[in-house]
Amino acid sequence: MTKNSPLIKIKIQNEDFDVSVETKMLQQTNTGAIVNFVGIVRGYDEKNDQIIDSMTLEHYPGMTESEIEKIIVESYKKWELTGITVIHRVGDLKPSDQIVFVGVSSKHRQNAFNGCNFIMDWLKTKAPFWKVEEKNNKKNWVSFNESDNQALKKWEK
Amino acid sequence: MIIKYFSWIKEHIGKSEEQIELPDHIKNVNELINYLNEIDEKYNLILDKKELIKIAVNKTYSSFDTNINDNDEIAFFPPVTGG
Repeated sequence: MTKNSPLIKIKIQNEDFDVSVETKMLQQTNTGAIVNFVGIVRGYDEKNDQIIDSMTLEHYPGMTESEIEKIIVESYKKWELTGITVIHRVGDLKPSDQIVFVGVSSKHRQNAFNGCNFIMDWLKTKAPFWKVEEKNNKKNWVSFNESDNQALKKWEK
Repeated sequence: MIIKYFSWIKEHIGKSEEQIELPDHIKNVNELINYLNEIDEKYNLILDKKELIKIAVNKTYSSFDTNINDNDEIAFFPPVTGG
């Protein structure tokens, strides 16, 4: 595998994913470090002090994949990644379910840590997904969190 | 032209997608919204929440000033909340 062609996998799916399977795949990329991030559905809305019963995610087929791809291209140019996997679930989810997987491999750990963090920060602000939470039999669309925009500032330098 | 709506915009408009024939004099997204609003005032939501609403033309982030034509796919959606 050459320096400029990392292994890339992007999946938007209803099904759950297996972190160990994804890690093994990243391990095959002639690499030295793997960093995985797994997002989990929270069961409690701290801001409004309410229990979350379930969550549904929708996306914009076609655009979601292409926005993630743009972020990935940016990330491997910046951090010399050898493999990148992004899996995002859609549909109905329950608290404690896995919702998103971002796994990256790189020859060195700092690039892997930074690459994974960079992809997650941009995914939160650019990839077209929308969450609706069900609390007390009421559905509420989740509002954008301004702190996600703030998180991007660290990549400006 | 195909117009798509997501999240609470979809619920307000009452559909996720619609097909319209774009009149010749409509040149950009802003004019499209004004035109739709003349047909039905429910589209006023997009003007009311203009600062919050994101636009994509052919699945690429765009703006209210972006030029459009009848072959385009336009989408209106709120800020994203995935991850």
